Amino acid sequence: MTRPTQAQTLAQKIVARASGRATVTPGEIVTCQVDLAMFHDSSGPRRLQPMLERLGAKVWDPDKIVLITDHYLPANDDDSRKIIRIARDWAVENQIAKFYDGIGICHVVLPQKGHLTPGMFAVGGDSHSPTGGAFGAYMFGVGATEMLGVVVTGQIWLKVPHTLLMRWNNRLSEGVTAKDMMLHLCGRFGLDGGQYQVVEFAGEAITALDMAERMTLTNMTAELGAQTGLIAPDETTAAFLVEAGARGFEENFDIAIWQGDADAPTLATHEFDAAALAPQVSAPFSPANAAPVGNYNEHIDIAYIGACTGAKLTDLRAAAKVLKNKHIASGVELLVGPASKKDQDEAQADGTLQTLVDAGAKLLPTACGACAGYGEYRFGENTNVISSTARNFKGRMGAASSRVFLGSPYSVAAAAVRGRICDPRELLS
Amino acid sequence: MSTTPSAIQNGGRTWKLGENVDTDVLAPGRYMKFGIDEIAGHCLEDLLPQFAATVKPGDVIVAGRNFGAGSSREQAPQALKHLGVAAVLAPSFAGLFYRNALNLGLPVLVCEAAPSIADNLPCTVDPETGAVQAGGQAYHCEPIPGFLLVMVRDGGLLPHLEKQLAKK
Repeated sequence: MTRPTQAQTLAQKIVARASGRATVTPGEIVTCQVDLAMFHDSSGPRRLQPMLERLGAKVWDPDKIVLITDHYLPANDDDSRKIIRIARDWAVENQIAKFYDGIGICHVVLPQKGHLTPGMFAVGGDSHSPTGGAFGAYMFGVGATEMLGVVVTGQIWLKVPHTLLMRWNNRLSEGVTAKDMMLHLCGRFGLDGGQYQVVEFAGEAITALDMAERMTLTNMTAELGAQTGLIAPDETTAAFLVEAGARGFEENFDIAIWQGDADAPTLATHEFDAAALAPQVSAPFSPANAAPVGNYNEHIDIAYIGACTGAKLTDLRAAAKVLKNKHIASGVELLVGPASKKDQDEAQADGTLQTLVDAGAKLLPTACGACAGYGEYRFGENTNVISSTARNFKGRMGAASSRVFLGSPYSVAAAAVRGRICDPRELLS
Repeated sequence: MSTTPSAIQNGGRTWKLGENVDTDVLAPGRYMKFGIDEIAGHCLEDLLPQFAATVKPGDVIVAGRNFGAGSSREQAPQALKHLGVAAVLAPSFAGLFYRNALNLGLPVLVCEAAPSIADNLPCTVDPETGAVQAGGQAYHCEPIPGFLLVMVRDGGLLPHLEKQLAKK
């Protein structure tokens, strides 16, 4: 590899490799070769196939495509069944070996199946595709037409991003999570604070996080309006990848080379004290309406633990810590939709799931559910909800009159017990 | 301002919207399983219930910053295009929405002055030069970046690819 002539951020190093250059400069337009394209039932085949037919084109490389069904499952009406059927048929017709049907949400299944490695350049047909950045891969969301371009050509244009560095010093305290960090960042910087650049996370608090929590961070850089989020790979990343049997664009992934240069210029560097962070809650109708949980006292009707950003094994365990030997308040419904079958099986095996059920939780299928708001799981008129998901826009998860507060799995579980939003640390013994 | 008359949209009225207009309100999730006809019929209904029924071809949206926040669903810009919206003017756009809109041939123009333009004014937009007339007053938008203009002139990424593949 040519020695870079100028200090490069991690984002620049990945984009440089993907565009066949030694170095790249923020702001320049480059064409990148895509290592992996992931899409789901909603953004994928049902949209792509008519365009492929119009062009008379074929997929550029079936081995580089991952298709995962999650948005319209369970398919309980004819329209949903049709969308899922199109996805299944398409996978067969296009010989997509990496097709995962009904085993969980795409952003979680993708790394669990070992398809992401550091240094990869990947696109996803979903806005939460920056989840892949937790593994040191440059992965961002695109719409279906742009995905069609990738599927046909294997290429995509990119404006080389600047990096906004978020350095979290010290460690999070008990009962405070990656979700709280992200809601705090949304509140401080707003839904466009990421400026469609790269948000990179670093510092002692980040190093201490497991991969599930890191995924929550990069996942929600979508809510910050970044193109993607990144966390440089370390031993924690490597351990996850080895367990997942990861095979990326290179046979043997290398965590050492996919690190930003210490002297690479950033657009901004922000420092935070993780130890001082309180649990955060975002009020309707924006993740940017964030404030410490102590500012809230709203009664809630539904507590929802779900989605790629809020129902991985780590999230389920957090909820179980709060709910152990307790029961949810009368009149409250606690809904839990694990992010993937693997997360659900592991939660089953270690007793986490039983703790949740004993506390009164109702188990939902491992799919996008109410977070996407595409299917039958939608909140009714005038319901107050606290949710571990990513977005609380008006009408997204239910009726326009429903009000969704966002919080960590700890905060959601605590609100379910008390029947109102409260500081989850009060319930952790 | 030198422009070809054909480049200037016939004109319509302005529709004023606030900041952070999200993709969920543009293309509501509960209709996402349907085709664009149905989705477009509910575009913005949680914000402006009469919008889809009363918007006319050539109308222009003037909005606050970060228009199109949220999802990658391209049915959001597609619904606006389907309804005949000629252009969206805003001080900034969510990056994913911006790419989707141009890929689908919906002109989205960065316009610092957009939040100062009133609702329901007669308006024309020239997407190639960024020239805007609203209520008898001239405004200027940043033109669409040169490297994307060829694609936009072709009508979006799909017709652009169609042309490229035909050349091969």
